[in-house]
Amino acid sequence: MAIAEWRQKLQSGEVSSLELVNDQLKRIKLVDKSLHAYLQLEEDNARSVAKKIDEARSSGIDLPPLAGVPFAIKDNLCTKGVRTTCSSKMLENFIPPYESTVTKRLWNSGAVLIGKTNLDEFAMGSSTETSAFGATSNPWDLSRVPGGSSGGSAAAVASGLCMAALGSDTGGSIRQPASFCGVVGLKPTYGRVSRWGLVAFASSLDQVGPFTTNVRDAAEVLQVISGPDPLDSTCLDEPVPNFSEFLNDSIKGIRIGLIKECFNQEGISTEVKDSVLKAANQFKSLGAELVDVSCPRFNDGIATYYVIAPSEASANLARYDGVKYGFRAEDDESLTQMTSLTRANAFGSEVQRRILIGTYALSAGYFDAYYKKAQQVRTLISQDFLKCFKKVDLLLTPTSPTTAFKAGSHDNDPLSMYLSDLLTIPANLAGLPAISLPCGFDNLGLPIGLQLIGNVLGEQRLLQAAYQYEQAANVMKNCPEGNSIPR
Amino acid sequence: MTKINSEDVRKVAKLARLDLPEDLIETYTIQLEEILGYVAQLEKVDTTNVEPTTRAVEVTNVLREDVVKFTEVREELIDLAPNREGDFFRVPKILSE
Repeated sequence: MAIAEWRQKLQSGEVSSLELVNDQLKRIKLVDKSLHAYLQLEEDNARSVAKKIDEARSSGIDLPPLAGVPFAIKDNLCTKGVRTTCSSKMLENFIPPYESTVTKRLWNSGAVLIGKTNLDEFAMGSSTETSAFGATSNPWDLSRVPGGSSGGSAAAVASGLCMAALGSDTGGSIRQPASFCGVVGLKPTYGRVSRWGLVAFASSLDQVGPFTTNVRDAAEVLQVISGPDPLDSTCLDEPVPNFSEFLNDSIKGIRIGLIKECFNQEGISTEVKDSVLKAANQFKSLGAELVDVSCPRFNDGIATYYVIAPSEASANLARYDGVKYGFRAEDDESLTQMTSLTRANAFGSEVQRRILIGTYALSAGYFDAYYKKAQQVRTLISQDFLKCFKKVDLLLTPTSPTTAFKAGSHDNDPLSMYLSDLLTIPANLAGLPAISLPCGFDNLGLPIGLQLIGNVLGEQRLLQAAYQYEQAANVMKNCPEGNSIPR
Repeated sequence: MTKINSEDVRKVAKLARLDLPEDLIETYTIQLEEILGYVAQLEKVDTTNVEPTTRAVEVTNVLREDVVKFTEVREELIDLAPNREGDFFRVPKILSE
């Protein structure tokens, strides 16, 4: 059910908010044993908020835009009084005394928190397998990963365990799981959405965004969470346009660039490539103009990212010292020893690996060779995009080189997992908005996602093109028979 | 860029405050070697006279009125400490004898 459809049902009194919440909770109990999308449910809170919404409706009070919409929240967003673990032993018992800006805005708009969703530990990973509390499965094939790091949110939306969800995207952590699970995932322009209350991973790349079943819902959720925030000085002081305003407008004349370098990559599966090229033709038949463009440094994105993100992570995660909050190892030897044991015991291996890479890259003698060099290549990647956007309005790529892979297939080989973020990372490095939406299925019946990348603050046009494609292609209607998604 | 050995990883682990067992040091050495080997492709990129990016989207100074505000969560914040004593965080000794 789309948000607009729900709103109509709620306002007409056809369904109550409490009924919907109860239905969702019932369904979660039935389905989530096999998925493990949720780390914890907020049953009592959800019911009491729903009751208030129903009371407000019956007394004729105007309802806010997301009234009664059940939301799943990635467990790296602080929710006041509700445990926020980052899927790490380090924060297993952490109860934030404050609310993140994005969730506060959701609750103020009437949304209902159903539960907190699983992620790769501290959002580091592409499969949700590095969670300290067990992996999440892909609803289309339980032996496969949902993608990551926001795999729990993607799986929850894909299998109807909430109406919409929030995730965070540092190198593709919203778009890649959206692609693997056959839903819509949007990473806004860096600074469009406040990061206050998002547990920091790589501060110059992190951005919060929505998971939804359709593009219009993504626009509605983005509308609510966007805008300046005095608590985040990197949040842009820019007016928030109406993201739904142009959804119905034709995209005739819009120029869409196909990045040469990413279609030529050998790691991209033929099925994925063919599906996205077919989508390109669909855009063309909608009146868009296809233009071949070049981003020569596009494929240096991963190398750049795996210096910058771990460097920022190593600094951000220095705060977990066993003193102020979180896990603490029992040791009375010395402060240093206690902190070192705390971090060795409570961080999982992916987090430790990235802290080591980052500490190495920032250490004396290596700073210029790694960190400064990566920041310079980052500039070149951004300049490539700038040049492209002089010729085109949007860029089209696959979201991920492959469809969902088997659980365990990248064990003990972190680099091969890193390479799966090839196509999503450049948008983070350049701060650009990007969306993933379903464009087809492979021969196993697994969803394939396309990615549209827009210019800085170009979400309106991005959503318009995505919506027009979605309506014309109707991909989910051709959803293969026999998938395990229990709708 | 240099080759990584277990001595480097041990040194970095110490800087990062990670008290790692020897077998993990060995595993991470192999993996870091591979990852940093991949990252070394950046060496080939000509970055002469290229300014490093410090932020993806440029922002100017963000200023606000310097007003004193009362933080209402002080008690809750201190209470999050794994070992609290009154209004203090209790820690093991900082200086050795």
